[in-house]
Amino acid sequence: MPETMTYAAALRAAMRLLLSQDERVFLAGEDIGVYGGAFGVTDGLVAEFGEERVRDTPISEEAIVGLAVGAAITGMRPIVEMQFSDFVANAMDPLVNQAAKLHFMYGGNVTVPMIVRAPGGGGTGAAAQHSQSLEAWFAHVPGLKVVLPATPQDVHDLLLAAYLDPNPVVFLEHKLLYKTEGPVELRSRAEDTPARIGEAKVLREGTDLTIAAYSIMTPRALEAADGLASAGIEAEVIDLRTVQPLDIDTVRASVKKTGRLLVTHEAPQPVGVGAEVVAGVCESDALDYLLAPVARVCGQPVPMPYARELERAVIPQVEDVEAAAKELVNA
Amino acid sequence: MRQRLTPSGGLVGEAPFDIQLTRRLYRAMVFARTYDRKGMALQKQGRLATYAPFEGQEAAQIGAAAALEPNDWVVATYRDAALMWAQGYPWELLFAGRTGDERGGSPPEHVPVMPPSITVGGHMVHAVGLAWAEKLQGTDRIALTSFGDGATSEGDFHEAMNFAAVYEVGCIFLCQNNGWAISLPRERQTKSATIAEKAIAYGMPGIQVDGNDLFAVYEAVKEAADRARSGGGPTLIEAVTYRRGPHTTSDDPNRYRDPAEVEEWARRDPIERVRIYLSEHGAWDDEWQAAIEAEAQAEIDRAIELAESMPPLGPGEILDAMFETLPPHLEAQRRELVEGLR
Repeated sequence: MPETMTYAAALRAAMRLLLSQDERVFLAGEDIGVYGGAFGVTDGLVAEFGEERVRDTPISEEAIVGLAVGAAITGMRPIVEMQFSDFVANAMDPLVNQAAKLHFMYGGNVTVPMIVRAPGGGGTGAAAQHSQSLEAWFAHVPGLKVVLPATPQDVHDLLLAAYLDPNPVVFLEHKLLYKTEGPVELRSRAEDTPARIGEAKVLREGTDLTIAAYSIMTPRALEAADGLASAGIEAEVIDLRTVQPLDIDTVRASVKKTGRLLVTHEAPQPVGVGAEVVAGVCESDALDYLLAPVARVCGQPVPMPYARELERAVIPQVEDVEAAAKELVNA
Repeated sequence: MRQRLTPSGGLVGEAPFDIQLTRRLYRAMVFARTYDRKGMALQKQGRLATYAPFEGQEAAQIGAAAALEPNDWVVATYRDAALMWAQGYPWELLFAGRTGDERGGSPPEHVPVMPPSITVGGHMVHAVGLAWAEKLQGTDRIALTSFGDGATSEGDFHEAMNFAAVYEVGCIFLCQNNGWAISLPRERQTKSATIAEKAIAYGMPGIQVDGNDLFAVYEAVKEAADRARSGGGPTLIEAVTYRRGPHTTSDDPNRYRDPAEVEEWARRDPIERVRIYLSEHGAWDDEWQAAIEAEAQAEIDRAIELAESMPPLGPGEILDAMFETLPPHLEAQRRELVEGLR
């Protein structure tokens, strides 16, 4: 029986399950212990599982990720937190040159089953160095998987899926999603998770256009779809859920049905995931079904402004998705 | 740990400067505290975004700046407004920056202060670059970079310290060890007994001072600055102080630290000990105190008014500061944006 809970609580419940189920699992990060994490995600876990398994670290992102790589190689299941996803810039070597490549470089003899959790995104007034959406960086590195859950149920299920995956997974949580609520069916074992990394999900069926979204843009796309419906436009909304690997087949099938494609993400548009989605559609026979040029509704390519009004202006909002969708359908 | 002025205002050894300068720096610390408390209050009123208070660290910042030349570089953090101000950064721009106005990060041309670093530790590395460039260019300008105890765990600290020492650049590393990195206490940040002793491994002098002691901080920074300016290379200074407030206005320290500890540090206040010292030298009275408090209040109020009366940035200006010259594709976007909003 699903219960209503926040995204943060559903994520915490998944970590609690993993810590209970598997003694190889541990958490490490800055202020994740008694403080409960910068966004309260790990609140209470140190009291339940102790300081050995819910480990407060010095301010050393490179060492946190490097620790996870080393521990994962020995068979442990680290789940480490970057306090803000921006700080992963300090940890790119262990993530990109080590975690992503060791399995390949050691001829498949080593696996690196680790999860790097990181809150990203803007809209919280945290300015240029604490608001970025960096998924395209990681998605571009062969060897990493990149997951961006949008709902409380998905953040629960996908963390469990990430745990079951024997590869390094970058797990990006949007800060504005933490307090969002939704029905969650808590799993009693990780293996019960129905989510699979690399599987998108059609959240709303429609006939007039396909909106492909992920992370914070998924609820915004759904809200836009409601507005569009009242204008007589039926949008099909796909939550990509993971961007590496990308479930392009689901998008192609949808485009064949609707004939129109709009891709939306908060990360800046140039060289973003949206471009990959569009190219993936164009590389298939779905191209022949397009009735209009594709559209992208993405973040403006500027450092995130501190000023609230400007911050809002550079992040795609519900009305931007709605307006672009109308333009696409009426073109 | 070096100390020149005890918490009860007693002098250890000799004062590093005269009563007049002591009065000036005391007044500066009163201004700094007024700014800081106002910053906390304005944030609660929704007039500033996140604010990181520095109450309790005034001597470390004012004392350090006093030992620099006016054109020395200061490369500091989000908790260093007093240090930045003392090196010429106007209060109104410090406030403006905290309201979310990017112009707050743009000091007047003659002010050699970088806008505050918001990430932890990254700025130490380019402080070394500044100092190195000054050395290459044969100037006598040096750089001071300020950071907290937490930043010493970042890889940036190691790389900056190592480069500075290997290239013998004129960079002062001022660590304001304020006891806490958000919720992590100093003793869990590093196993070293002191932060100053980390200098040994890099081959540079390390000095630990009472960071709440204006005289001791000044003296240590002056010694480091003289060495740096004369080609003697970098110095690490650990100023032992205390973060009396929260990490930022988003934090509640009661979740992780004992209020008794805060009380204890309140008794080691950096401003009060100078007041006692001045008073004992007949250089302080209630009247003067009331006068400088009124001046501080007026100055800070004026700065807030200036910050809040800056004409708002137009939407097109969001692109203006991205590149030195706006590339054609952004130029086109800018036109579209401004016209679209007209």
